[in-house]
Amino acid sequence: MEPGTLSTFLKRGAIWGFIVFELIFFSLAGEFLSFSDKAFMDLDNMLLLFKQSAPIGIIAVGMTIIMINGNIDLSVGATYALSAIVLLDSMTWPMFAGMGNAVIPIAWGLALLTGVVLGALNGLIVWKTGVDAFIVTLGAMLGYRGLVFMYNGEQPTSHLNWTLVDFAEAQFLGLHTATWFLVAVTAAVWFLMNKTVHGRNAYAIGDNRAAATNAGIRVGPHMLINFMIIGFLASLSAVAFYSESGSVNPNDGELYELWVITAVVLGGTKLTGGAGSVLSTLGGVLAIQLLRKGLGHIGADTETVNLAIGIILIAVLLLDRQLNIKGKEELRV
Amino acid sequence: MSELTQEKIGLKSRRREQPVGRFSNLKLGEILARQGILIAFALFLIGFTIANDRFLAPDNIMGVVRSSAILGVMALGVTFVVLSGNLDLSVGSMMSFSTIVVLDLHDKIGPVLAIPAMFAMTMCLGALIGFLVGYLRLNSLIVTLGMLSAIHGLTLTYSGGKNMDIADKEGTWFSVFGQSDLVGIPVPILIFALLASTLGILLAKTPYGRKVYAVGGNGLAATFSGINRSRVVFTCYVLSSFCVATAGLLQASRSLGSQNTVGQGLELEVLAAVILGGASLMGGSGTIFKTVIGVLILGFIQNGLLLVGLQFYAQYIVTWIIIILAVWLDIAAKRGKLWSPIA
Repeated sequence: MEPGTLSTFLKRGAIWGFIVFELIFFSLAGEFLSFSDKAFMDLDNMLLLFKQSAPIGIIAVGMTIIMINGNIDLSVGATYALSAIVLLDSMTWPMFAGMGNAVIPIAWGLALLTGVVLGALNGLIVWKTGVDAFIVTLGAMLGYRGLVFMYNGEQPTSHLNWTLVDFAEAQFLGLHTATWFLVAVTAAVWFLMNKTVHGRNAYAIGDNRAAATNAGIRVGPHMLINFMIIGFLASLSAVAFYSESGSVNPNDGELYELWVITAVVLGGTKLTGGAGSVLSTLGGVLAIQLLRKGLGHIGADTETVNLAIGIILIAVLLLDRQLNIKGKEELRV
Repeated sequence: MSELTQEKIGLKSRRREQPVGRFSNLKLGEILARQGILIAFALFLIGFTIANDRFLAPDNIMGVVRSSAILGVMALGVTFVVLSGNLDLSVGSMMSFSTIVVLDLHDKIGPVLAIPAMFAMTMCLGALIGFLVGYLRLNSLIVTLGMLSAIHGLTLTYSGGKNMDIADKEGTWFSVFGQSDLVGIPVPILIFALLASTLGILLAKTPYGRKVYAVGGNGLAATFSGINRSRVVFTCYVLSSFCVATAGLLQASRSLGSQNTVGQGLELEVLAAVILGGASLMGGSGTIFKTVIGVLILGFIQNGLLLVGLQFYAQYIVTWIIIILAVWLDIAAKRGKLWSPIA
């Protein structure tokens, strides 16, 4: 990819252009179609949009790393649910009784630890057995979901801690706690991927694994670390969301992996690895959330969201193909 | 075309490379690993039979196969797609779609017209995916991911978000596909068996089947030998949607009413069954017979674990372990080393 060319610029900026288009379209369409008096581009509305983007967004940031590295993780939804259960349930364990609010950091720590361990397990299996990450995490998706159901059957796990709810609902400089989580995670991962050896190596491995190996990069540990990061982020997402809601169903997080992958692909990250950016992924997440909210705003059925996202995803792929096809001596067969 | 050329371009199955390393002299180890899934299946059956003598009772076996039939029918089609080197994540929501459509049309235009109409609509969706992946060469994972979402939206829009029920459940012959028996065997099993043997013969004994293997094994080589790669991929997706429509018919006929999310999540379970059967996600390797084994393993594990008194959800954990072990042993036998060479 040559930097500075028009097509690169177009590709990089495409998702943000799409977001601007969505904003204008829904604002204008809302004037004529909406039943609510509020404008679409209302500040509160936008703040809420950021907050609602956070759970998927935090995981999507992690998925970007995994996909840049040339892998995929289908087990994030189950990891998310299991971490949420650990978070809420551990606060009621008898051994932590009488600790008051000191139990909160412990519960958070346990939930995050759960995510890291599950991620590390995936990473280790991918590394040591050489089985494709798609298969490993497909199996793990079933297995981790099994653990979720074994934990509490089909009953929801609930525990409300009002200190925690207050914290999760708090707004600092206008942004909700969950939004701050998303911002912090995006910034940290951006730094990791662009300014550290690990990040650059992850790009190199995703681009050409054989070349990276020959250059002396140890592929396995990097993959392991990336899987631990996505596990951590999946549980962080659960922490951000369930601190507020206080109740988790065993089905929660199902199909999250597909939403997350959709957002990452919309952001322009290649499934084959080696290319992609965390900031564009954030754009992809916001674009999906805007679409959801916007369609609701102009009075369309919520069902059309799925239809629209599916079509957009395929359209993006077609566009990308048209942009890439030039200059390549592609074999037309 | 000489035999050697045929072998090179993948028309003939490639001779297994001689493994080097720890297993090289251990023919037994290789056989164990290559047929590991069948051996594991046999061990499972023996173990469960010892643990519970009802396990091998005919009615139990019949029950397991019957409840696996819907998943199995879908897995047959997905096997073709996987063999051609692609993925299909849209089968779950497509199955919801066909179930809802046939139930809705049943009351509107009658079952005789509803069934072909539903098959036509579902296969149009399959043809659309086949066009995008086959002719436009788009990434199958993303296309079918997009279609998963789009078809789900289509189903919800079609049904208005409501559940679909047949008005007169007693007075319709529509339940014949899902609920009745023929010569003592449940009809879903017969349909599954019929479809499996037809598609098995199509894959193993016809030029078309060899083309599917060739395209999945090495697409470029297949092209150079005059195979229309686009058309083969296209037909695989149409075939898959045909299987999905059949599964939708079975589901609708069994329950005579359905939620619009009935197939949600099935795409990954189907894929798990296909992988368990030993099909390679890279394409070009796998058979219908093995897929049927994969489907049966999933079914019998679920049933066996319940019979020995474990929770229903324990099957997920066992499935997880078995999938990874099966694929691991398979590739370990191919490379001749247990542990991966990843540094």
